[in-house]
Amino acid sequence: MRVVEKRQLLSAEEIGRTLRRLAHEIIEESSGAKDLALIGIRRRGVTLADRLVKAIRGFSNADVPMGILDIALYRDDLSTIGTQPSLQGTEIDFPVDNRDLVVVDDVLYTGRTIRAAMNGLFDLGRPRRVRLCVLIDRGHRELPVEATFIGRAVQTSDTEIVEVRLQETDGEERVVLVDRVP
Amino acid sequence: MQHLSHLLGIEDLTHEQISFILDQAKPFQEFQRYPLKKLATLRGKTVAVAFFEASTRTRISFTTAAARLGADTMALQAESSSLKKGESLIDTVRTLEAMRPDGIVIRHSSSGAPEFVAKRLEIPVLNAGDGTHEHPTQALLDALTIRDRKGRIEDWNVTILGDILHSRVARSNIYLLSKFGAKITLCGPAMWVPRELEDLAPNLRRTTRTEEALEGADVVLVLRVQTERIHEPALAAEEYILGYQLTAKRLRLARPDALVLHPGPMIRGLEIDSAVADGPQSGVLEQVTNGLAVRMALLYHLIGSAPVDAPHPAKDRSNASD
Repeated sequence: MRVVEKRQLLSAEEIGRTLRRLAHEIIEESSGAKDLALIGIRRRGVTLADRLVKAIRGFSNADVPMGILDIALYRDDLSTIGTQPSLQGTEIDFPVDNRDLVVVDDVLYTGRTIRAAMNGLFDLGRPRRVRLCVLIDRGHRELPVEATFIGRAVQTSDTEIVEVRLQETDGEERVVLVDRVP
Repeated sequence: MQHLSHLLGIEDLTHEQISFILDQAKPFQEFQRYPLKKLATLRGKTVAVAFFEASTRTRISFTTAAARLGADTMALQAESSSLKKGESLIDTVRTLEAMRPDGIVIRHSSSGAPEFVAKRLEIPVLNAGDGTHEHPTQALLDALTIRDRKGRIEDWNVTILGDILHSRVARSNIYLLSKFGAKITLCGPAMWVPRELEDLAPNLRRTTRTEEALEGADVVLVLRVQTERIHEPALAAEEYILGYQLTAKRLRLARPDALVLHPGPMIRGLEIDSAVADGPQSGVLEQVTNGLAVRMALLYHLIGSAPVDAPHPAKDRSNASD
């Protein structure tokens, strides 16, 4: 079984443009950033949320707070995957009550990660609203979860994997579609 | 990190494993401040909490840790158990096992009991204290408290005060802290600090003089005095207090920012005076919170990990957030 790159979905430049566009969309659809906060899901969601916060500060002067969510304790697949994933900890140092939250992740797939993320957030308080921002929506939802802010929607098959590679986490900047070949 | 199947003691843990456990306890420390202290991560799992020796604090700590992770517990307590009717340890444990718990937390008055059980069962065993052998979760929560209060675990001057001979807490702490470069001083009445203790770790010294033991200490671990022993012909309570009580005056001989730890329960006025117990240098309350965090981290990893032959899901989880 090998992993073969099928095609590139986003180049470095396209990632940058997409994030800038998403940052603008978030502000436009958030009645001026009042109570707004971004929550990045470890690990790449955190990098993306961080970039979104910086972009927002760049064009609007708004300082949107950002939190980090570790969903390991809320996943539903743990009893089937063997050893427990290491915990890296949630770091949300502002109260979640009444906040307008935008959860940020790299890829939206089955929706289970987002279900876990919502469980995690609701353990901390009662947000006023929770919306989702993803770089890639690859379809194949197994739960009724949707993203409000989508970088790019891509049709994929079950054997394919969408790999988001970011400078901070992976040392390069591109999004590729890979396939597993026997 | 090398996978852990049981937690039987500190002696066989590596530096890396200990650091891992303490790092994993950190999110659970945060968790104790959440408004809703209930996770579903161990939902459907059952933890047998088998205490063959009386305990309130450790038992409640483990039971609460399991409950907060979403697990159910089966409680076995010595006084009400079939042990009193003469059932052997292994039969009691086999009975528990037949009810299919996902792990066992065991406290027993015989050193080696947890290992005995671990060799015979297929499920993770956590040692909550065995005889005079080890109390690993106590040493781990003490280390976490030291790390939080003093910024690191490595290379401190540690004084352990009291009945070292009969203390599993002392042994586990000696193993752990010496793996992190501590210079350890053992202090107590002569019959409780015999020469054989020096074999437990390098860089260990013994003294019967409290003032000498406390000079320059960065961490002072005060042991509980088992009152049954205090009436032995060799030592009366007043003598112990005079020679070995940690008073505010004695504590001033230690470093000004020395941390005072006590595994509890404290007997105020015996091994420790109230001023010290309630003073700014005391870490006893944090020890309790940290105990919960450490036990949650251990249960999460040991009980949560699936057995080796668990089926894998059909769909690849590579896009699951890591």
